[in-house]
Amino acid sequence: MPKKSYRQALNEALHHEMGRDPRVVVIGEDITGGAGASGEQDAWGGAFGVTKGLLGAFGRERVLDTPITESAFVGAAAGAAMTGLRPVAEIMFVDFLGVCFDQIFNQAAKFRYMFGGKAITPLVIRTTYGAGTRSASQHSQALYPIFTHIPGLKVVIPSNPYDAKGLLIQAIRDDDPVIFLENKVLYDMTGEVPDGAYTVPFGAANIVRDGEDALIIALGRMVGFAEKAAAELAREGIECTVLDPRTTSPLDEETILEMVEENKGRVVIVDESSPRCGMAADIAAIIAEKAFAHLKAPIVKVTPPHTPVPYAPDLERAYLPDPDKIAAAVRQVVSYKD
Amino acid sequence: MQGLQLPRERLLEAYRLMRTIRVFEDRVSAEMDTGDIPGNTHLYAGQEASAVGVCLHLTDTDRIASTHRGHGHCIAKGCDVDGMMAEIFGKATGICRGKGGSMHIADLGRGMLGANGIVGGSPPIACGAALTAKVNRTRDVAVAFTGDGGVNQGTTAESLNLARVWMLPVIFAVEDNGFGEATASSFATAGDICRRAEGYGMPARKVDGVDFFAVHDAMGEAVERAREGGGPTLLHIVTPRYYGHFSGDADTYRSAEEKAAMRRDQDCLARFRTRVTQASLLTPDDLDAVDRSVSAAIDGAVLAARAADRPALETLLTDVYVRYA
Repeated sequence: MPKKSYRQALNEALHHEMGRDPRVVVIGEDITGGAGASGEQDAWGGAFGVTKGLLGAFGRERVLDTPITESAFVGAAAGAAMTGLRPVAEIMFVDFLGVCFDQIFNQAAKFRYMFGGKAITPLVIRTTYGAGTRSASQHSQALYPIFTHIPGLKVVIPSNPYDAKGLLIQAIRDDDPVIFLENKVLYDMTGEVPDGAYTVPFGAANIVRDGEDALIIALGRMVGFAEKAAAELAREGIECTVLDPRTTSPLDEETILEMVEENKGRVVIVDESSPRCGMAADIAAIIAEKAFAHLKAPIVKVTPPHTPVPYAPDLERAYLPDPDKIAAAVRQVVSYKD
Repeated sequence: MQGLQLPRERLLEAYRLMRTIRVFEDRVSAEMDTGDIPGNTHLYAGQEASAVGVCLHLTDTDRIASTHRGHGHCIAKGCDVDGMMAEIFGKATGICRGKGGSMHIADLGRGMLGANGIVGGSPPIACGAALTAKVNRTRDVAVAFTGDGGVNQGTTAESLNLARVWMLPVIFAVEDNGFGEATASSFATAGDICRRAEGYGMPARKVDGVDFFAVHDAMGEAVERAREGGGPTLLHIVTPRYYGHFSGDADTYRSAEEKAAMRRDQDCLARFRTRVTQASLLTPDDLDAVDRSVSAAIDGAVLAARAADRPALETLLTDVYVRYA
């Protein structure tokens, strides 16, 4: 199978779906780059190059550059979705969703319910998240718990190129609004990605590695860190399962609870979002509520501290979870004696 | 076509819609006083010529996005009055099955994309509907109803810009009823609303919203421009607001004299009646017959809404998603 980057996998998904369905349009800031300028058109293909080449293939009628005006174009994408298009809007950084939140949580997420089931809103909002690029507090957050909290939204966090393509195609074909979060550190990650179109279903967790001494649940970029930790721990004789939920809404509770039992009730949850009301807190609560009898040690969360994301490299490294922190947490749950 | 040249049946339809809005709102106000309507309502009475003057130009595939004061827009766009009343009573037969209430009445089949509980919520959505029309090359248009309050929201400013940048077939119908909630627009709105639109390079007109014909004719120009690919227009429609911000608002920020004078001097229904009878387009008997049939229809809507079943409790959990794996 050909090896491709996470970026290329996403680009292929957009090409496939725009070619397959004329209702799919892409909307966003600099998604071509160069609109109205005298020089190169499609100069950027998005701030991270994900939409590169769509302009040449599909033209300005379906590849729509916008002013820097997130409320208007995200709201317009929601309105277009309700009236027959299938828009994929790009928000350059998840942090910027703060300026258009009304259009997401009061409008797009609620049309169907408020209108008694009469509306469908097939909207995808692609955005980037995550620390690790020295981008500081307003360009590095991992805000997916906020979207997970809101009924009516689906939330997708691909951890590798294969999933990125399959989950994005699934998102575009889905009839509900989807927030699709791409970790910007992963864009150059490579992996096996089929050339053709395929989907990865929502709400189906991926067992990335099988063990039986402890369960590590990890999301997005943290999945790779968890795999590194698990490899290190295997050398010490501790075999871990690494579970990637892939989507936080819907969340594959069934597999999570099964894996808790199969891994002797010793659980570590790794999450790049803030510790309070974050995904680790949410998943820990579900396990405590529904699998309490199987737990053999307190659940340990590995998250950033409850601070904004710092700029200086040493501070940012200290902020993020990493394989060493994860391995230490696993040793703690495995050695716990009640 | 100019409003005064409309055929008889269109004039009767315009009057029927305006009268329906007035009677509907007065009746909702009375029913609110009984305590049997569970939520809150924001009444549109006094503004009827705006909704009808705008929507009479539209077909079911033209879309509107509305405001918290949306009953008038819904009726003018053809939403079922029985379903609206049942929705306001929170019943299973409501147009949104009792899940939306007054502030979320929608009928997508009629091109009514929803009343909206968020001031300034509608302009981006209407831009999206206009984008759909543009991409699909349908010649449909979209209307964003907002108000003198909504026009100060950033979403409206952003939408005016985006609509002009993308040359969208959208009309911004800014209904200036003098008040954003309890604060006068003379206090809250700086400068001139039409000049704001002109600043974005789009045509704008200030219109007397008590005069159905003035609204109708201004909207006619705007719709034609939009359908012909000429892009967006803003209409600044000045209307009275007969009731307070919400039903139950004691409305003490306006004097009794001011309110009485407003109802006496700024009544779009009375103005319409005078115009069409003086021009011998319709007779008083024609209009009286409409009045009688509208009153009967609203009586029927209230009786049906009161008699209807409440939503089944299991519907609490439905319609959150199309499918949730």
